[in-house]
Amino acid sequence: MMDRWTFGITMLVVGMGGTLLTLVILSLIMSIMKKIFPYNPEKEK
Amino acid sequence: MIEAIISGANGLIAGFANLHWSNPVMIAIGCLLLYLGVKKDFEPLLLVPIGFGCILVNIPLAGLMEKEGFLRTIYDAGVITELFPLFIFVGIGAMTDFRPVLENPYTFLLGAAGQCGIFITLLLALALGFKYNEAVTIGIIGACDGPTVIYVASQYAQNLLGPCTVAAYSYMSLVPVLQPPIMKMLTTKKERETIMKTHKKTVSKTTALLFPIVITIVGGLIAPKGLPLLATIMLGNFMKESGAVQRLTKASENEIANIVTLLLGISIGATMDGRVFVQPTTIIVLILGLLAICLDTVCGVIFGKILYLLTGGKINPLIGAAGISAFPMSARVVQKEGQKYNKKNYLLMHAMGANAGGQVGSVMAAAVMLSVLKGMGII
Repeated sequence: MMDRWTFGITMLVVGMGGTLLTLVILSLIMSIMKKIFPYNPEKEK
Repeated sequence: MIEAIISGANGLIAGFANLHWSNPVMIAIGCLLLYLGVKKDFEPLLLVPIGFGCILVNIPLAGLMEKEGFLRTIYDAGVITELFPLFIFVGIGAMTDFRPVLENPYTFLLGAAGQCGIFITLLLALALGFKYNEAVTIGIIGACDGPTVIYVASQYAQNLLGPCTVAAYSYMSLVPVLQPPIMKMLTTKKERETIMKTHKKTVSKTTALLFPIVITIVGGLIAPKGLPLLATIMLGNFMKESGAVQRLTKASENEIANIVTLLLGISIGATMDGRVFVQPTTIIVLILGLLAICLDTVCGVIFGKILYLLTGGKINPLIGAAGISAFPMSARVVQKEGQKYNKKNYLLMHAMGANAGGQVGSVMAAAVMLSVLKGMGII
């Protein structure tokens, strides 16, 4: 069983890092999707 | 005959005789929650059933939370099984418009920064001697997202379900009070007055429709333990964006959400039995929860300041405060604060983007956390 300090720091680094990284990936994917499927006012109507 | 009358009369005073000193305290707290919900309009949909449940469970001998008691039946059926928070998430997904975050995908990052409080509070809880699973649950209060807190607490720290839920919902409703001083403290007058360009509508229907699918698949692959949270909110949003199942969308955002909110609230209130609730741990959890939400705001605003510097002053750092999950309350606070310092400032849509990012960010943070715990073999 790891000690509390190791657990806490692991959660902070991997947890926060993982959350940030995931959201960066998602924002990149969504930016690409916006380019692939651009907004077209006439088509949207 | 007199003995029979005395015995019968004893039955009528048994409730008073079995009253523990903590029960009247909790009944008073239940009444306070009702007052806050009804008179002060603090999350009334949740605080009213929670307050009432709290009063009910502190009346001795009624046995409402004992085996086959009606509150126990509701609690076991929806909270222990985690179904209630997930149903609520379908409703939230159906009610939430994620287009503001899609307009400016960078606002996802503000949603990530707004989750820092979760992990810092987790460290603090560990330092104060809480067990791993309890520390994780306390940290999750910083997600500022009631259903996420309930989902994690019901799974990993049922003993903290009551205090954590009450903390999450109470502090969410206190966002307009908690955030402005922090925003003011961390920003300069010049930063607060920054006017952001209003953006044109740039999100196509196809992108909006693909968004929930992408989040579910990518997020689910990265953090599979949190897939129920992600999937339910995105299912609701997909139904809304598709427009093909309007009956289901309406049912999710109205009937289902309303019924589940009632049952969820009353069963959460039912966990607030004075004998287990009135203890130092509860006070510590409430303090840590408050700290978590304040830290979220601090980190969000600091990240906003970084973006302000990186963009040469084009982004108002106040929108960083909206990177939490209190949707759309936090965005409204940012708009109000922005206008306070510059009447020409319209930050609402930018703040809504950060706020929608915070909604996804909080669910993602919980999902990542659970998956990291699974990876470490803790759960």
